[in-house]
Amino acid sequence: MASVTLSDVRKAYGPVEVIHGVNLDVKSGEFLVLVGPSGCGKSTLLRMIAGLEEITDGTIAIGDNIVNDLPASQRNLSMVFQSYALYPHMSVQKNLAFGLVNLRMPRDEIARRVAEAARILRIEELLERKPRQLSGGQKQRVAIGRAIVREPQLFLFDEPLSNLDAELRVQMRVELAGLYNRLGTTMIYVTHDQTEAMTMATRIVVLSKGHIEQVGTPYELYNFPANLFVASFIGSPKMNLLAAEAREDSAEIKGLGVLPLPPGLTARGPISVGVRPEHLQLAGGGDLSVGGTVTLVEYLGSEVFVYVQLADGRTLLAQAPGTAQHRIGDAVTLSLAAERAHYFDEKGLRLGPM
Amino acid sequence: MTETTLAPAPRSTADIARAYRAAKAKRARRAALLKHVFLILASLVMIYPLLWMLASSLKPDNAIFGNLGLWPRQFEWGNYQQGWNALPVSFTSFFRNSIIVTVLSVIGNVISCSFAAYAFARLEFTGKTIWFALMMMTLMIPYHVVLIPQYLLFLQLGWVNTYLPLIVPKFLAGDAFFIFLMIQFFRQLPRELDEAAMIDGCSPFKIYWAIIMPLSLPAMATAAIFSFIWTWEDFLGPLVYLNNMEAYTVPLALRSFISTDGVSQYGPLFAMSVLSILPIVLFFVVFQRFIIRGIAMSGLK
Repeated sequence: MASVTLSDVRKAYGPVEVIHGVNLDVKSGEFLVLVGPSGCGKSTLLRMIAGLEEITDGTIAIGDNIVNDLPASQRNLSMVFQSYALYPHMSVQKNLAFGLVNLRMPRDEIARRVAEAARILRIEELLERKPRQLSGGQKQRVAIGRAIVREPQLFLFDEPLSNLDAELRVQMRVELAGLYNRLGTTMIYVTHDQTEAMTMATRIVVLSKGHIEQVGTPYELYNFPANLFVASFIGSPKMNLLAAEAREDSAEIKGLGVLPLPPGLTARGPISVGVRPEHLQLAGGGDLSVGGTVTLVEYLGSEVFVYVQLADGRTLLAQAPGTAQHRIGDAVTLSLAAERAHYFDEKGLRLGPM
Repeated sequence: MTETTLAPAPRSTADIARAYRAAKAKRARRAALLKHVFLILASLVMIYPLLWMLASSLKPDNAIFGNLGLWPRQFEWGNYQQGWNALPVSFTSFFRNSIIVTVLSVIGNVISCSFAAYAFARLEFTGKTIWFALMMMTLMIPYHVVLIPQYLLFLQLGWVNTYLPLIVPKFLAGDAFFIFLMIQFFRQLPRELDEAAMIDGCSPFKIYWAIIMPLSLPAMATAAIFSFIWTWEDFLGPLVYLNNMEAYTVPLALRSFISTDGVSQYGPLFAMSVLSILPIVLFFVVFQRFIIRGIAMSGLK
């Protein structure tokens, strides 16, 4: 187990800087997830920690050692790739043992570790097979096995589940979480799938365009997004965002009406008000109510997503229980409570408690 | 009373469909027949010279150019025995010489070209683009253009009348075509394999040796096959560099059957020509399996 410290890490390809000075402390034994839209630099960051990508500036430390100039193989870490990257010409057993053989480990120790990994991942009967004879899920297990046999101080995962079908992804997610609980090793996991991030992470780092937008627990990110980007990125379906004009203790949302700001929050000038779909009530009451027409209903079983068009043409998304009976064309009243909404200033930064 | 003629009974749709299918099948049969006739004729034209050579190797000298027919009236098996020992040096030596030159050339080409290709495809070094362009330019230069300067170079080194000018360049990644072929092959292997190997503690050489090379057997086999054929058949190189008949390779030896005074032994010449192509056929049969196996060996995703 080891901590990882990134200090002002930058990466540029020629004149184009893609990582703009990232500072990050990954605690020992933490499951840290890097999440963000494609092109935000999350994989680059992971590859820099792995030593597969040189850093342009700054320092990366694993434990107490600065590893900037240390080759990947000497950083005592393992990585699981998106495409699994199993060696196609080697059997599963050889794939697992390859790294250990390179370390000149004694044979019986290699055999012990391979057997142990195969047992944990339930791939014992696959050891003699070649990767092409395995299903996607089995390949993924072998790839994880190859990572754990080395007993590294740090695991890196680069979108490991994105090649799997939905059902298998859920299953592997549970298994990975189980593996983390069992090994307790520091893990850094890159994904663009926020469900993976929310379900597995101890802490999540949200990245956008080479910057860290927010670092926090899944609870913090969902309930106290630091800015508009995090607010709209985390949560599915997305938060409703409304432009408003703040006047000390209230805000006028154009086309909806005046919403009193929650106690302790004062602002002036243009702000954004964010409301998650589950906090928009399809009934009267609340601090602000507005009428609209249902334009689309998505039934998911346990819940229903209702798209409501307001008089000015804007559409808001509300979440209702699965038992709700809404039909397209129904006239409904939406209402929201001031303390359930999120408020962001002109620059998009959060107003109120963090 | 006028006589009315009965309109033909309307055919059922099933009959129409049956007739249509029959006509279609007939057309398809005719097309297939034409296609096969054309292809068989074309292959006969292609294979005729080979068959002619084979037939001529079994005919007495005076019957070879008399008619175009292939089947020998009498089989002259003696041509083979006679041809083997017809020259002052036996063909045992020529075949041995050819095998030495060819085997070493194939080994040299496969090893050195794959090294160079790995460097171009995977490693970063200064001036990579320029070196690559230079290498590609050598593809455009015909062998005959560099023949004389190369000869002078090897003359200075004292290598003329040895096999070194034929073999040593093959160990120096001299054949841009093979390098290019392998670069293309290496480039389609996922880089994540290299990276996984890097994390597994491989040096660049180990990545080449343990990952890239075993996965590139099809490219290696292709290079080996072409290298074998071209070296085995090479006439100009040995002609320029080899002066003693003891050192001749098979193509040079075959040329020696044609004498300037007009008395040539064509039967034995063709007998030895037939023998000279056997190794190529054998080599191809052995190595083409790797090409097919290589194509079947994906399984990355």
